[in-house]
Amino acid sequence: MTAGAIDVQINGEARAVPGGLSVTRLLVHLDLQPRLVVVERNGDILSRDRYDEVEISAGDVLELVHFVGGG
Amino acid sequence: MQSMITSDIIADTGDEPLQIAGRALRSRLMVGTGKYRTNEEMVGAIAASGAEVVTVAVRRVDLDRTKEEGILHHLDPREYLLLPNTAGCYTADEAIRYARLARAAGFTDWVKLEVIGDQETLLPDADATLRAARELVADGFTVLAYTNDDLITALRLEDAGCAAVMPLASPIGSGLGLVNPYSVRTIKSRLQVPVIVDAGVGTASDAALTMEQGVDGILMNTAIAEADDAVRMGRAMGLATEAGRLAFLAGRMPRRERAVPSSPRKGMLG
Repeated sequence: MTAGAIDVQINGEARAVPGGLSVTRLLVHLDLQPRLVVVERNGDILSRDRYDEVEISAGDVLELVHFVGGG
Repeated sequence: MQSMITSDIIADTGDEPLQIAGRALRSRLMVGTGKYRTNEEMVGAIAASGAEVVTVAVRRVDLDRTKEEGILHHLDPREYLLLPNTAGCYTADEAIRYARLARAAGFTDWVKLEVIGDQETLLPDADATLRAARELVADGFTVLAYTNDDLITALRLEDAGCAAVMPLASPIGSGLGLVNPYSVRTIKSRLQVPVIVDAGVGTASDAALTMEQGVDGILMNTAIAEADDAVRMGRAMGLATEAGRLAFLAGRMPRRERAVPSSPRKGMLG
């Protein structure tokens, strides 16, 4: 992990997160369990087997979704 | 000896399991997971209903909460077939995006496709539903499509490759029951794929009446979740679904405008 924060957008909100994080480490940083969250990065859905290798970049637009109650 | 004969006869009153896309399901009742007061009540009500297919929605995680509220903390995907919906989507593209996000969760390629056309009534947009269904089927999804009670739309959804077609009983969350039994019967009589009535039932008699039309199954959420005792209503709905199904298979007696005695007229005392 490199020092210094980067600006990204997560679920519609601007956020500063540590630079150099993989998707897995970002989710852990956000107190989320990677196996329960689906990630869309800049409009593309990331398959879960890439969470460790894909690194978050400044300016990324991320959607983090999961299953909730519904009919 | 007598009891053996009796149990053989009772065994014969059973039913074939509902099959969708080649998968046999343990119940003809499917239930939603929304609007429960507590997760404990939801889990209890779903277990009491006997349902195997359980719908879930796809939403953003809430980053401001310290603990996740995701449904997978409460329902085991090995025990239930979690069926993601596209509820809340108003365009075909939006519904397709939600379906793909749901599939990426890695549990299933089934989706309950729902494209809403009107915020007031939550009635489906038939045209957008059809376009989304075609694209999702081409992309390998098993599509169960929520639709209105219109035969032509139902036929087109079947032609599009949907694994099941889900006409409404009445608007989502209305509890008005089956308002158009004729339309639902007509759809059932013309489709080859399973017809699952989705939305609108309010209580157990609605579920039984719906199943008595001969449809293959029923999906509900609010009727159970908003009951004063959701667990008890879950059980009631499971029983009513099965009762309605068996009554349909049994074939009801004719309706008559006059009484016919059940006891013999002969043999009365002089």
